[in-house]
Amino acid sequence: MSLSEQVPKTIPAPRKITTQPRFTDKVFRGVVTSGGLFAGLLLGLIGFFLVFNGFEAMRAAGLSFITGFDWVDAVPEDGQPASYGIGAMLYGTMVTGILAMIMGVPVAVGTALFLSYYAPEWIKKPMVVVVDVMAAIPSIVFGLWGYFVLMPHAEYWAKLIHKYFGFIPFFDMPAPVFTRSPFIAGLVLAIMIIPIVTAVSREVFAQTPLERIQAAYALGATKWTMIKAVVFPYGRGGVIGGAMLGLGRALGETVAVYTVLNLVYDIRIEVLLSAGGNVASMIVNKFGEADPVELQALMGAGFVLFLVTLGVNFLANFIINKTARE
Amino acid sequence: MSQALLTAKPQYPWKLTPKDLLTDLAGAVFALISTLAIVGFSPLKGKLGFALTLIVMSILTATVISWVRRDRKAAINSSTTVLVYIAASFVIIALASVLYEIIRLGAPGFSLSIFTKDMSQTASDMPLTEGGLLHAVIGTGYLVLFAALFATPIGILTALYIVEVKGRFAGTVRFFVQAMSGVPSIVAGLFIFAFWMIQLGNAYSGLAGCFALTVLMIPTVARTAEEVLKLIPQDLREAGLALGATQWRTVAMVVIPAARSGLITAVILGIARVVGETAPLLLTIGGADAINLNPTSGNMSAFPYYVWKNLLIGSENAVSRAWLGVFVLMILVLIFFALARYFGAAKGSRK
Repeated sequence: MSLSEQVPKTIPAPRKITTQPRFTDKVFRGVVTSGGLFAGLLLGLIGFFLVFNGFEAMRAAGLSFITGFDWVDAVPEDGQPASYGIGAMLYGTMVTGILAMIMGVPVAVGTALFLSYYAPEWIKKPMVVVVDVMAAIPSIVFGLWGYFVLMPHAEYWAKLIHKYFGFIPFFDMPAPVFTRSPFIAGLVLAIMIIPIVTAVSREVFAQTPLERIQAAYALGATKWTMIKAVVFPYGRGGVIGGAMLGLGRALGETVAVYTVLNLVYDIRIEVLLSAGGNVASMIVNKFGEADPVELQALMGAGFVLFLVTLGVNFLANFIINKTARE
Repeated sequence: MSQALLTAKPQYPWKLTPKDLLTDLAGAVFALISTLAIVGFSPLKGKLGFALTLIVMSILTATVISWVRRDRKAAINSSTTVLVYIAASFVIIALASVLYEIIRLGAPGFSLSIFTKDMSQTASDMPLTEGGLLHAVIGTGYLVLFAALFATPIGILTALYIVEVKGRFAGTVRFFVQAMSGVPSIVAGLFIFAFWMIQLGNAYSGLAGCFALTVLMIPTVARTAEEVLKLIPQDLREAGLALGATQWRTVAMVVIPAARSGLITAVILGIARVVGETAPLLLTIGGADAINLNPTSGNMSAFPYYVWKNLLIGSENAVSRAWLGVFVLMILVLIFFALARYFGAAKGSRK
């Protein structure tokens, strides 16, 4: 068989040259676009269904849904109307979130600095694994650990803080119950947000221009003065954004907080006292025996939580993206 | 001989001299001994007292040594160095404590028989030799499998939309998906409850739990897949197109095979993210003590639910069961974690 027999006699007609996508490409783009848009729309769907189901309760309560301190079911026999307000829970969520930031962010930034500038090579890799494993631990594990392991210690720490700093109103104690306090919940949340804050901070620290670092050293800076003069100004936005991402996590955390926080429908400034609030934990707490009306109120509470965390996350991502682009 | 005179002897000014090392070591030993002395002869007591004194003493020692040898700047530098090391050791101590306690409290109840029995004939208060968590194994298996089946295509399509198709809404979708990764898990559970149970009138089932986990898994898969696709060199795409391939064939036969291990990592990371989720399951799967082989109807159990239930019961044996559940759950999480790192490393070595 000679070569010429294998070659087809007729040359196929040249393809039409066009900028139009072919049919398969049109299908491909259609499928990919619908998938992408679905993922984008999901966020809107979440908000829509929560509002749709919670609207009645929120409308009935009006502004007091946000500011009210009561969570009372209707008692038709006594003619008592239902009254649902998540003010105390929102306040408690903020308190535990801020406590988590105060305790967690310095440690996380320190760890990021350690990984970026201080750690010897041999300890750097295992340390990165340590932070990553910590990020992978489910919240129920932290809940169990926080309740059975951390709380006995933290109770003792809280007693010491009260003993020596009790004159500060925050550390005052109207009743000597130190367990399941916002302080302990904040401690558990602090540990939970350390991985994400560390990861984001480390990312921006890694982007610090090397020539500026070297310039600082060449001018005789010590490691710390170099960090103060170069790394912090350059990475400030990233650290703030990372801290806010951590705050978003802390605000929405449910089961870990549920186990180590005593839910009380009251606003108290004493953080060591066994009385706090958390919207997400309250939803789990009330969900089991909720009647349809209360369920609507819980949907409303979920919507408020959704909006708050979304706002914090939008802002955090905005700050991080802006820093990264510069 | 003249050769030796011309060659400069290499200098390493940044290296610590033996004298520096000795001083640092002496400082550390001094800090430790003085801490022991202070804790021994003062009202400060216990682990906390020891830790606090050690922190203060090591900062003081480092500061004083640097100040005496150099100046104020060096002293500040030393104290911040000590602080940074302390911050890192906090993280290590926290993780070590979590893992140690899980093993200490969870491992004793572990035996192979827990994978052959469920809790339908056993009360939580009974000794751990009775009953097991086969129902939770099956439940978590279904939940993770179906969540991965739903979330993987959507997540990868989203990444393809952002990186390959670069449609008109690519930036918006990217921003929304980024924000979605911060949605609290309880909100995902409430969303599925509102949509699947209230609006469509379904009962608790494994499927509802899968949907909730899917919502949480999509952002992780999409964002990781996006990072991976961006790493594929543009040359490969251009080469494919230049050979006359359509975009569909370029993506399917060039880009995706090149990114395969990275995409697998994305899915595994997504699974690791949702396998331990508790809050959404509390609102969607209903919980059960017996094996339920049908994911589309009937109450279902899962590891996190099992842990949660036994934690709330709170009796001694129930708490041991909770720790046992956490022990098995952590092994599962670490397996997925190791797999993700393995596939992630494979991607790096091929480059």
